[in-house]
Amino acid sequence: MTPVTNKVSIWQRVHIDLPLFLALLAMMAGSLAIVYSASGQDTGMMMRHSTRMGGAFIAMMICAQVSPSTLKRVVIPVYLVGTLMLVAVLFVGVSSKGAQRWLNIGIRFQPSEIMKLAVPMCVAWYIGRNHLPPKLSNLFIGLVIVMVPTLLIKEQPDLGTSILIASSGIFVLFLAGVSWRLIGSLAVLVGAGAPLFWHYGMHAYQKQRVLTFLNPESDPLGSGYHIIQSKIAIGSGGIEGKGWLQGTQSQLEFLPERHTDFIFSVLSEEFGLIGVLFLLGVYLFIIARGLYIAVNAQEAFGKLLAGALTLTFFVYVFVNIGMVSGLLPVVGVPLPLISYGGTSMVTLLAGFGIIMSIATEKRMLNK
Amino acid sequence: MLRKRTPIRDHSAEANLFARRAFTAFVFVLIMVAILISNLYNLQIVSHQTYQTRSNDNRINVIPIAPNRGLIYDRNGNLLAENKPVYNLEVIPEEVDDLDAALDEIGKLISISEQQKEEFLDDIRHNRRFKSQVLKGRLDEKEVALFSVNQHKFPGFSIEARLARHYPYGDTLTHALGYVAKLNKKELAQLEAEDLATNYRATRDFGKLGLEKFYETELHGEVGSQSVEINNRGRVLRSLDETAPVPGKDLVLTLDIGLQQIAQLSMEDKRGTVIALDAKTGGILALYSNPSYDPNLFVHGISSADYKALLNPDRPLINRATQGRYAPASTIKPHMAIFGMEEGLVTEQTKMFDPGFFQIPNVEHKWRDWRRWGHGHVDVYKAIEESCDTYFYDIAYRAGITKISDFMAQFGFGDLSGIDIKEETTAILPTREWKEGRFREPWWRGDTISVGIGQGYWTATPIQIANSINILVNKGKHHPPHLAQALRRDEQVEVINNDEKPPIVLNNPRHWQVALDAMHNTVTKITGTAHKAFKGATYDPAGKTGTAQVVSIAQGERYEADKLKERHRDNAIYVGFAPFNDPQIVVTIIVENTGGGASVAAPIARQVMDYYFLANPISQGKKEPQS
Repeated sequence: MTPVTNKVSIWQRVHIDLPLFLALLAMMAGSLAIVYSASGQDTGMMMRHSTRMGGAFIAMMICAQVSPSTLKRVVIPVYLVGTLMLVAVLFVGVSSKGAQRWLNIGIRFQPSEIMKLAVPMCVAWYIGRNHLPPKLSNLFIGLVIVMVPTLLIKEQPDLGTSILIASSGIFVLFLAGVSWRLIGSLAVLVGAGAPLFWHYGMHAYQKQRVLTFLNPESDPLGSGYHIIQSKIAIGSGGIEGKGWLQGTQSQLEFLPERHTDFIFSVLSEEFGLIGVLFLLGVYLFIIARGLYIAVNAQEAFGKLLAGALTLTFFVYVFVNIGMVSGLLPVVGVPLPLISYGGTSMVTLLAGFGIIMSIATEKRMLNK
Repeated sequence: MLRKRTPIRDHSAEANLFARRAFTAFVFVLIMVAILISNLYNLQIVSHQTYQTRSNDNRINVIPIAPNRGLIYDRNGNLLAENKPVYNLEVIPEEVDDLDAALDEIGKLISISEQQKEEFLDDIRHNRRFKSQVLKGRLDEKEVALFSVNQHKFPGFSIEARLARHYPYGDTLTHALGYVAKLNKKELAQLEAEDLATNYRATRDFGKLGLEKFYETELHGEVGSQSVEINNRGRVLRSLDETAPVPGKDLVLTLDIGLQQIAQLSMEDKRGTVIALDAKTGGILALYSNPSYDPNLFVHGISSADYKALLNPDRPLINRATQGRYAPASTIKPHMAIFGMEEGLVTEQTKMFDPGFFQIPNVEHKWRDWRRWGHGHVDVYKAIEESCDTYFYDIAYRAGITKISDFMAQFGFGDLSGIDIKEETTAILPTREWKEGRFREPWWRGDTISVGIGQGYWTATPIQIANSINILVNKGKHHPPHLAQALRRDEQVEVINNDEKPPIVLNNPRHWQVALDAMHNTVTKITGTAHKAFKGATYDPAGKTGTAQVVSIAQGERYEADKLKERHRDNAIYVGFAPFNDPQIVVTIIVENTGGGASVAAPIARQVMDYYFLANPISQGKKEPQS
């Protein structure tokens, strides 16, 4: 799709991968339309949303300018500072809605957002230094790099983010070529550990979410309400949907968290299966493009990082859609690029900035 | 470790490994997306209908609309029960900026009690702020006017009208119409059991007594509904469609409100009852039980003080016309005379000597005549005209109780009269079996003697007595007494209560005429007991007086020691009809504990009949009943 020429295009000069850029832009436009509907045509919210989008795009542009070699130089300090901040959150963090996730240093922010990028970067750097596939010892250290922040975030508690971060690190290891036999035995280990995790690793509210997920109709007015209303919204959308701004589940506010975690239900209700397939198509295009960039990256660090970020992006998509459509328990992961909400969008687009940096670096070397 | 082996990285091998893994990952992604899509396909296409329905259930609320209750009219089209608007002062809390200040301000215009204020604030706390709440119910006209002029000062405050039952004639008609009051849990459970509860979803009132209770289904109508779109907090956003309720049917009575008012006036403060029947149809022209009470008190919930006041020894709550049990006394002497002739115990010509008492052969006890010195030689006419007791003691003694009961049962004694209100008792027409069941004692021969003059164990309700006289004047034809003659909706009239019961057929129909002639003589002959009361009447009346020893006045009555004497005085009874040749009206009067059927009850009957024939002059014929 991107012809390799000796002539340096304007896009390469500003480190922009045009297909990815256009796909992201299309997502942003879609996001504006759906948030407008989900917010009940709240113009104030639209202003904030588009401002954050702009900010996120700027973050992406900035990250795209940072070369992979620079990233490799800063990866250890960033990872260490991020991990320390996660520790700090547990002791001096700001609580909201029963979870302690924020640090207040002039502005309120979530250190876990930094770790979404720092963890795959650090693992990619560590594994990429050595031969692929990695040896068992390297693999173990790689796992430690992943697990320390993951466990810290789970303690906040924020199961959604910890799953995302753990998977981003594990994707690096998978892409690095960990043997299938090892993957198989790890899977058995995880399966055996799951009951232990249920008893010792999960908070009561998280267990409740899982139980509700298994049988949402058992508590239709309590914790099952979200998932029932969401399934009603999706199911009643049918093939063509009820039309933009016409979704009764969302417009009449039966659907909870409709502009954030449950925005997919709004889209499904108003645009039907056709709209959903279109959205999934664009997501698949972005993922395909990200993996294409990873495969074509020159260095192991770039390959592993671009691949892991792309696959993590898919985990967002899968977990969010899976949870609102009743396949997975509700874990509080927004629909990437569509949901209203600042931080996650900035982190996501910063990640795509890094992918673009990896994509364009290759071309510069090619020249 | 690294250095020991190959220090040179095989970049192309690593790139190949990575590419394979990336490809594997992408296949994995595709599989996962396929899972998502199959689940969404399931939700949006396979189960679409189910979720569509559930989505509509969420957003569409069906609000029931109460039908207007049918009105009640008398035979001449006078409105007896109407639906009048009641005005409530209501507030929508979210539309009021400063509720406390607004409440203080409105308190200066319209008096609002602390209790009303507290209940209102409590309602607000327990409901959504966009829901209208009643601050004060049943505003009077002055308050409505005061608020209307100042409405602009009170945003969020409004006056809402709803229809409530009103009985313009108050206590005049209570025992006939009954009343409605708030539907209670027990009635709702009953409606649910009958699968009628949905029809009452918007209804506040329910017929509790009288015609309102008997014709509840017809008067109520059918509930309507309005579909509205609501949000998740129940706020109504817009109306989708509406099914209008079907109003209840209007009830047209046989009753004449003018005659009813005369009945009430003529009773003054005496305890008792007046019943006037249309002799042609059995339709009730007047049915009044004194003392009465205002049914409007019950419509909005009666206060405990008002209710306690009704629980006095005069028992206004009892419908004496249908629930009062009185010895029918001499009013059944015409029936007994027919019975005696039919049984061949006496003939039209038979004369017997009355020494002033009756004795069973070889028994000491004397059953006395009301006239101590007796009536001398008595035939059947004189026996009725002068109300000779001995003559009927003799008939009763010779016939025995079983034959008497069987004959009198044909006149409706001992059974419900069929009147269209439910507050009715059967009273007691005694039989051997009844006495053995009731007292565990056999029927003695002596028990039969007093039954012959309508005393002893025999009790009857005034409506039973009225019905029996109506059968008599119609020579056996039996039109059960009833208050309603038609149901009406949108000019469609449905005639009801038109049925006849099987007539009484005598072996010799001449016997009817003997009894009726004797009742005529009672009024026309100077020796007749009712002669004085009807002197000068232009409509040729006939009748029979009665003076009954008190057995009991009503079911469950408790005698208080100091009242005992007064309550033991005789009851005055009069039954009469007119005109003699073509009876149009049958009147039954019972006055408790005053004594003197001729001196107390007959003059009341005269007033009622005078009014009736003034309003329905004989020369023009009787007014046709509305249909």
